Parts: sequence; C-alpha cells; structure tokens
Amino acid sequence: MGKNIQETLLKTPTGISGLDEITNGGFPKGRPVLICGSAGCGKTLFAAQFLVKGITDYNEPGVFMSFEETASDLTQNFKSLGFDFEKLKAEKKLRIDHVRIERTEIEETGEYDLDGLFIRLNYAIDAIGAKRVVLDTIESLFSGMENTALLRSEIRRLFSWLKEKGVTAIITGERGESSLTRQGLEEYVSDCVILLDFRVIEQIATRRLRIVKYRGSTHGTNEYPFLIDENGISVLPVTSLKLDYKSSTEIVSLGLPALDDAFSTGGIYRASSTLITGTAGTSKTILASYFAMSSCKRKEPTLYFSFEESPDQLERNMATIGIDFKQAIQSKLLHIHASRPSLLGLEMHLMVINNLLAELKPRTVIIDPISSLITIGNSSEVRAMLVRLMDTLKINQINALFTSLTHEGHSGYNSSALDMVSSLADTWINLENEERNSEMVRSLLIVKSRGMGHTNNKQDFTITNKGIHFTSSSKKTKST
Amino acid sequence: MIKEEKWELRLYIAGQTPNSVLALKNITKYCKEHLKGKYTIEVIDLLINPQLAEGDQIFAIPTLVRKVPEPLRKIIGDLSNEDKVLVGLNIRPLSD
Repeated sequence: MGKNIQETLLKTPTGISGLDEITNGGFPKGRPVLICGSAGCGKTLFAAQFLVKGITDYNEPGVFMSFEETASDLTQNFKSLGFDFEKLKAEKKLRIDHVRIERTEIEETGEYDLDGLFIRLNYAIDAIGAKRVVLDTIESLFSGMENTALLRSEIRRLFSWLKEKGVTAIITGERGESSLTRQGLEEYVSDCVILLDFRVIEQIATRRLRIVKYRGSTHGTNEYPFLIDENGISVLPVTSLKLDYKSSTEIVSLGLPALDDAFSTGGIYRASSTLITGTAGTSKTILASYFAMSSCKRKEPTLYFSFEESPDQLERNMATIGIDFKQAIQSKLLHIHASRPSLLGLEMHLMVINNLLAELKPRTVIIDPISSLITIGNSSEVRAMLVRLMDTLKINQINALFTSLTHEGHSGYNSSALDMVSSLADTWINLENEERNSEMVRSLLIVKSRGMGHTNNKQDFTITNKGIHFTSSSKKTKST
Repeated sequence: MIKEEKWELRLYIAGQTPNSVLALKNITKYCKEHLKGKYTIEVIDLLINPQLAEGDQIFAIPTLVRKVPEPLRKIIGDLSNEDKVLVGLNIRPLSD
C-alpha cells in the first residue's frame, strides 16, 4: 500500500457548497469516492464541479476521464455554469481524456488487461500533477466489452491503483435495479459512497443527496436536498448548524411606539425572530410593513419576501395607510421579492433566500407569509428548512419577522406547521378580529417573548389612513 | 493480377508481458501465412510512449489496430483465436 494515508483520514474539500459541512471537511483525501444515481441526477456536474473548484479554489489540478461525452461536449455543457474548461486546460490545470469505446470496431480474442487505460490516466495525472481525478462513467466499459469478469477484476485493480497514486477520485455509476450501481461498483469502493436522487413530489422536482457510506468519518445520515442552478450544485445541510450564534442585547423597534412599549425592554432584541399569526384580514402584513419601515429608518437594508402580493400591490396598499414603501424602495433600503410559493420547490425558495441574503446583506428579513411555504412541503422538510433559515438569519445577525395565516377555530390544517414556527420564534404576536357589541374589533396579543417581560392583555387597535392606532393603552405587567 | 493491397498494422503493448509477447508472435505468424510481403507491423510500447495511447483510443493491452485498409479496426487480447483475428482484419486466406 502506498504512503501513510491509511493512518489519519485527511479530507479534501469537495468544492460543493454545503457538502463539506455534512462530511465534516470533504471527501477522504487520496481515495476513490463513488457517486451513483439514475440518469439526469447530476452525477457528471457533481464530478465536474469537484474538479473545477479543486483547481480554482484549492489549486489542485485535475483529470477528467470521460467515457461518455467528448471533451468538446463537456466544455460546451459546462460553459453555462461558468466552468471554463478551455482556460483551465491552457493553464495546464485540467486534462480531459475522452475514452471512446466503439463496440462495432472492436473484436476480443484471448487474454488482455486494461493497462492502456492505466497508462493514459497515469500519463494525464503526471503531466499536470493532478490531485483530483474523475472517471465518468467507468461502467460504459461493460457495454463495450464482452469479458465482464475480466473487466471487474481490472476495475478493482484500477481503484487500488488510484489509491496508491494518492489522488482523490470521483467515480460515477449509474443506478442499478437492485444495487446502487448496475455493475455493483460499490463493492470495490469501500471508502465513500454518495447517492444522488431525483424525484418529483407533488409536481415539484426535488433532488436529494445521501451519504451511503463514509468509512472512518462521521457524517450526516439524512437525505439532503440539493440544487442545480447557475452556480452549479449546492447542498443544503438542513440540520447541520449548531446553536452557537451570538445573542445581541441591542433593542430594535417594531416600528410602532405603542407596541414597543408593550415590551419591558421597549422593543425586541436585534437578530431575534418574530412570528405574527392571525386569521385572514387581521393586518399581519401591515404589522410586518411597520417592522420593515423601522429597519429602513435605521438605514438598514431590508428584504421583504412577499408570497401573496406583488411589490406594486404591496406598495399601493401600504400607501393608503401612510406607509411609504415607494421612497424606501427608491432609496434602495427596501427590497421586495415577490413570487408564488408553488412556483418552486421548498429548497429552491430557501436557495433564493440564501442567495439574496448573500447579495443584499440585509439587516432585516420579512417573510410574508411563511405559511404559504409550509403548504408546499411535508412537515418534516418544512421544519428542517425553517430551522435552517432561522439559524442562518441568526448567525448573520438579521432581524427576522414571519407572518403566518391561521384558521378560524384552530383547524388542524396547518396547526402543526404553526407549532413548529412558534417554537422557533423568539417573539410571537397573535392578531385577532372579534365581534364585540356588534362591532368588529381588532386586537393584538403578545403570546410570548423570550428574555423580556411583556404585557399580557389584548390591545385593541384600529387602522386608519394614518396607520395603526392602539385604542386600549398598554400596561407593563411583568418586570420593568 | 489482383489490385495491390497493403495492411498497416499497429500493435500496442505495455512492456514485455506474456499477453503482449504472445500477441506479437501470433500476428506475425498470421501475417506471414496470409499477407506475405503486403504488411507492416509497428509495435508501440506504451510504457515508453504513453502519449500515444490517446490518439488510437487504446485502453486494453494488447490491442492490434488495423490502420490500413480502412475502416479502422481493433482487436484486443493475445490474438490466440486465428479465425477471429482474420475475420476481424478482413484478411482472406491466400490458399485456394
């Protein structure tokens, strides 16, 4: 066996966003990794990204040995993702070798081995000092040749040769009927096996990644959603964040002085999360808009996700009660992002949110309403996503406000979803419309607020063209 | 007289392995019998010239490549089955 790679398990960063978190640092350095999945699940992209990021981010040259697509096809296909194969080849950081196996022009007679392949690979690796290798998809050999028993033993020899060579290799394999790969490659790659899956759930395409095996390393065992967008593959390590974010003691205003006064601290903590619940028409959006405006007044960038109203409509409606979104948008402090929740899968929404967070660096984020996201996934997925989202916001010290639609009489429809959001939120405000003396009265109740005292009684309010007015005065009932 | 045909063959090997030695012995014998004076065999050792493997799409060793006449044909293995080799290379037996 080669070198001392057996002693400690060193890791090679994968270059795939999120995957290093799940694998505690990446792939096993100097060992082969099997990526399997059905056609169209993103295996080749996965492999290409591993190589390209290896070169651009970690200065590790790579060899792409393709058994299917030609070098020019690969170059063309990955151009749209910003992978510039031509440039990397010219810089002698990347080599693409297309192994073409044309069954019609090949006869087999007698004993042979795959030394030709070994020599080609070795030559390519040594020519650029490659540290990473991709074999995509080596199983193509089986369709081109008859002697499968010989192929198997040769592939086994190839994998151990790769190990001795000390390169970190990705081997892709097509998903088989009863095994992970058609030719049972998983038997030969014992170190790390990753399964990619592509399925359609309720008409929404979802991609999933699972680490089937990772010898000698701890790893997440869940199925993780992953996305393919213009930046390539990113994995959402939904549950891998730790509760070790800093907690601010700074107080921020909710945008309504009377409401701020209902808290013993005169507002809520910065980077805390607030949930506003209520049935239809209880002015959740208005309260959210006040919060957005208070952030803009502090000159802090604010990101408003609207899943029910277009930016225009929101702007118009808020103008009727004296909230000037227009000016906030023009001053580039407020960014409204509107989309239909059902248009994208849950993780795509999360990705859009993550991308906008990175791009706009907001200090305040509003999701109005979060309940419409909840309807598009199953509850365990939604919960994982919400936890991830809230952790992300907290780590970035962003004020978060979510609205959630509840139903009259607390129907079971989304009460479980509500439960999960409310347990994650730091502050929970419930809004109500109730009939008193044949008059509709709006009221607000602070259900909970972590780490601060608050009034415990309902506060009535009205909405006029000047906005929200509290009619019953708030009392401080807990600590002062 | 039949039109003068010429066979240009290339045998790819990787060092003097038993398979490669046997393959060279076999093809030389077949050519002497059936293509006397009408063939060339070029032996390429990929251990010495690894850069030549990609051009002819070599992955198995030994591989015999018929460059001429076209189309290109490949026979992999130690070439122990004479019939298969002759058919594969489109060599018609001289006798009769």
